Amino acid sequence: MVDQTGAVPQGAEQDIETDVVIIGAGPCGLFAVFELGLLDIRAHVIDILDKLGGQCAELYPEKPIYDIPGLPIVTGAKLTDQLLEQIKPFDPVFHLNERIDALEPMADGRFKLVTDDHRSFITKVVVIAAGGGSFTPKRPPLAGIEAYEGNSVFYSVRKMENFTGRDILIVGGGDSALDWTLSLQPIANSITLMHRRDDFRAAPHSVEKMRALVAENKLKLVIGQVKQLHGDNGQLERVTVKPKDGEELDLIANCMLPFFGLTMKLGPIAQWGLNLHENLIPVDTEKFQTSQPGIFAIGDINDYPGKLKLILSGFHEGALMAQAAHRIVYPDRKLKFQYTTSSSNLQKKLGVK
Amino acid sequence: MPKITFVQPDGSRQDVEAQTGMTVMEAAKKNLIDGIEAECGGACACATCHVYVDEAWQQAVGKPADMEEDMLDFAFDVREASRLSCQIKVTDELDGLIVAVPDKQF
Ligand SMILES: Cc1cc2nc3c(=O)[nH]c(=O)nc-3n(C[C@H](O)[C@H](O)[C@H](O)COP(=O)(O)OP(=O)(O)OC[C@H]3O[C@@H](n4cnc5c(N)ncnc54)[C@H](O)[C@@H]3O)c2cc1C
Ligand code: FES
Repeated sequence: MVDQTGAVPQGAEQDIETDVVIIGAGPCGLFAVFELGLLDIRAHVIDILDKLGGQCAELYPEKPIYDIPGLPIVTGAKLTDQLLEQIKPFDPVFHLNERIDALEPMADGRFKLVTDDHRSFITKVVVIAAGGGSFTPKRPPLAGIEAYEGNSVFYSVRKMENFTGRDILIVGGGDSALDWTLSLQPIANSITLMHRRDDFRAAPHSVEKMRALVAENKLKLVIGQVKQLHGDNGQLERVTVKPKDGEELDLIANCMLPFFGLTMKLGPIAQWGLNLHENLIPVDTEKFQTSQPGIFAIGDINDYPGKLKLILSGFHEGALMAQAAHRIVYPDRKLKFQYTTSSSNLQKKLGVK
Repeated sequence: MPKITFVQPDGSRQDVEAQTGMTVMEAAKKNLIDGIEAECGGACACATCHVYVDEAWQQAVGKPADMEEDMLDFAFDVREASRLSCQIKVTDELDGLIVAVPDKQF
């Protein structure tokens, strides 16, 4: 199940109760699903990205990785695909486009997590596999831009209606910029697309549609860059731009959508009452547990003596974490060490027997 | 060893010694040059190693490849002289190279 934000009205859903919530669907979060699954623990996985795979999928899908044991060369995208295939028997529930904002212990020893969309999870175990933190839209370093955010400057579109009748400036040349230009054009009062060069990374058919609208005078295309924002009380009025060939000029715009890609920011994790050390979460190296029992941290986000921010380290951390999680989820069950090669019990879970 | 000069937005200059084969970004990081962030560690995946190549050196350094040009879309205040420093390999020909660090990376 992939969940689209905004599709569910606020409060319309029950809290989701589960054994494990994994925060972050990077390679380490994904492999943790496997290790937990072997121990009969099913997980919900939440990521703010619109796709699975964390850094591998967002930052370097086409680049080769050479140090995954047993895979002499594999791209970020391929590794993600392979991990998804590997964890399929355990049927994890993915929630994309959602950020975990709050994490609190409950009186009964479980934890309550709340997303930016006000959905709640109640869980026995939390696995923080948040890498370098939430992927967050880059904020153009324009003076005073913060004051306009949420009112006139937006990094994503949650509700189309909010853009009806506005004078919109969209900045960027990738799919987000082009897709939103095409979607908002019919409802905007006026719309301008600005990009630094007359060459677009977006899908060719979107670029064609965009050029057709320009030819019909329904969309203004400016090749140039934003220099300065003007307005009052968070309300944008004009934007000074520098066209590539020409002098600076002012554009009328009461709304701006800059699309300059994503960067990782620690984000809400800092507010969860966990010990932090230089934006990392210290853990032990037996269970990879944080300062709060029941909350584990694996992958790039954790820190311990000798830590290496490598995917393979995160895989190992997930395996040991799962053993400790088992003790919390099934306190009465004894854990028996087993190999996937020879255990018919594990093979049944994997669906190969 | 080729010398590279980094010019800060306030005009201050730092000369560093680089080794051939390393990238201009690596030379900057090794010498703790301000304003070169290089979040992605040189994979042409973040655009936070953006520099402006001094006019006299633009020909020797050359133009960005397609992938780098795409990545420059994620940089701020991109100009003719813009390059991602992780994509410039230091060679003996670049001894004396001058690059300016932008006011702000993202
Ligand atoms: C260009 C590049 C090349 C690399 N090459 C290699 C290599 O060759 N070999 C190697 O081993 N490693 C390599 N790495 C490092 C490797 O990608 C990381 O070690 C790995 O991605 C870490 O995995 P992770 O699962 O811990 O976190 P990530 O991949 O960072 O994923 C974390 C996820 O958590 C999400 N998240 C964080 N906070 C929240 C929240 N509050 N709510 C919801 N979601 C949240 C983020 O959006 C993100 O998607 C490379 C990295 C880069 C950038
Ligand atoms: S270091 Fe990331 S693009 Fe150069």
